[in-house]
Amino acid sequence: MTQLPQSTDRKMGLVIDLDTCVGCHACVISCKGWNTENYGAPLSDQDAYGANPSGTFLNRVHSYEVQPAEGHAQLIHFPKSCLHCEDAPCVTVCPTGASYKRVEDGIVLVNESDCIGCGLCAWSCPYGARELDQAEGVMKKCTLCVDRIYNENLPEVDRVPSCVRTCPAGARHFGDLGDPDSHVSKLVAERDGMDLMPEMGTKPVNKYLPPRPKDQIEEQIDILAPLLTPVAEEPKGFLGWLDKTLEKL
Amino acid sequence: MHPAPSVIVFTTLSGLGFGLLFFLGLGLPDVSGWVAFVFFAIAYGLSVGGLMASTFHLGHPERALKAFTQWRSSWLSREGWCAVLALIAMGLYAIGIIFLGQRWEILGVLGSLLSLATVFTTSMIYTQLKTIPRWNMKLTPAMFLSFSLAGGALLAGQTRVALPLLLIAALVQILYWRQGDRAFAASGTDLGTATGLGARGSVRAFEPPHTGTNYLLREFVHVVGRKHAEKLRVISFVLAFFLPVVLLLIPFSHFFALMAVLSHLAGIATSRWLFFAQAEHVVGLYYGKR
Repeated sequence: MTQLPQSTDRKMGLVIDLDTCVGCHACVISCKGWNTENYGAPLSDQDAYGANPSGTFLNRVHSYEVQPAEGHAQLIHFPKSCLHCEDAPCVTVCPTGASYKRVEDGIVLVNESDCIGCGLCAWSCPYGARELDQAEGVMKKCTLCVDRIYNENLPEVDRVPSCVRTCPAGARHFGDLGDPDSHVSKLVAERDGMDLMPEMGTKPVNKYLPPRPKDQIEEQIDILAPLLTPVAEEPKGFLGWLDKTLEKL
Repeated sequence: MHPAPSVIVFTTLSGLGFGLLFFLGLGLPDVSGWVAFVFFAIAYGLSVGGLMASTFHLGHPERALKAFTQWRSSWLSREGWCAVLALIAMGLYAIGIIFLGQRWEILGVLGSLLSLATVFTTSMIYTQLKTIPRWNMKLTPAMFLSFSLAGGALLAGQTRVALPLLLIAALVQILYWRQGDRAFAASGTDLGTATGLGARGSVRAFEPPHTGTNYLLREFVHVVGRKHAEKLRVISFVLAFFLPVVLLLIPFSHFFALMAVLSHLAGIATSRWLFFAQAEHVVGLYYGKR
């Protein structure tokens, strides 16, 4: 049924840190890999090795330049996937009931065997989170790796979405945003996590942590600096004797 | 938005067909026998032909029956129900008129209302989308309904009704273009709100996520042909409204009436092409495009 649930037990989602994302696109590739080989129809490519390649992706990384009124421009890498909105317009427009939001964890999914491929859900999504697979004729979207996060065949450390597991910068966090004590909710509270296009009224679950102005930060944020202090201590033993002896000469 | 031929053909033809059914259901013109058969055949050809065309863009048309299940929330599902109910009601009404010499007036009025409801539900599929500010306006259903009624009156040969209806449709069309041109700016959505970075300065799309194209760009960012939009508006307005009105005002002949219908059809199809081609989806902002 494509009516939205009044509320969901949990609000599973992602918190994406625009401050630490380095724009490596590793999350894009791991997402494509996992979701091609596992749940649902594979993410197809058309003309993959030809002159005009195109394909289905559930996660894409944009890059934006922000020019403040004064000072230097800042480059910000911007991963974007389904935000698993509380008021998801893609669910209510679906004529067949293929598109739905789960009551237990708030994940928005597509039942591919019911999808007629009309594309209306993609039209209704302001974020471009849904793509109609050109080979399969059904709508594809981020499942929050629903086949990983509850999968007891995987080691516990792997029971997070593929993009989160892969991110080398630790810019992606996964958890229950409906629980104010979860680590993701705390991150959002500490760092003023924000919604994308709040004026659309979609109430996204996924949050974005704004980038910090790195040229204006007073306190030390260089985490490598402490590791680069000289490590050589006073020599001892034979080398200590040699050192002292040579000093005397 | 990508102006898919199947959707343009569908909305243009079925709008006209259901408009004609609306008048036939009210007994305008009061025909019977073979003349009635021809009128109903044209109306069904247009409305059913249009509905068939709409299934061409589906990824899985064989599952189309599932689209009747979600009428509680989905305008597309409601459209399916209204169309089927309107066609059933008008079909029974037509059988009475053509073969039994009976005019079941209540059934006709019911069929007329269901025909209008079908056009309204079609328009709401577009109107409901906040992501496309040019469609997300009260003038969108007004445009679909006024076009359908004017075209239906023209096809039904109701000259006296068709004239004022054409003038109303023309006025709605001008208002729709005027308000539509301002809709995106008025929506308040820009790259700043899309990225949440707007408060820090001016945001510019620096690098797209990929060098090629994708489904989103093909479907939502259609810029080809927008440069001719002004010329096409004039052409569509002249064909859809101006010529038919002139042809209705000069002394009646069947040839001029046919020309008026064909001109109107071509004009509405052009207007409908613009309806899609000029519609800008907010997702284009993420790619630095409109």
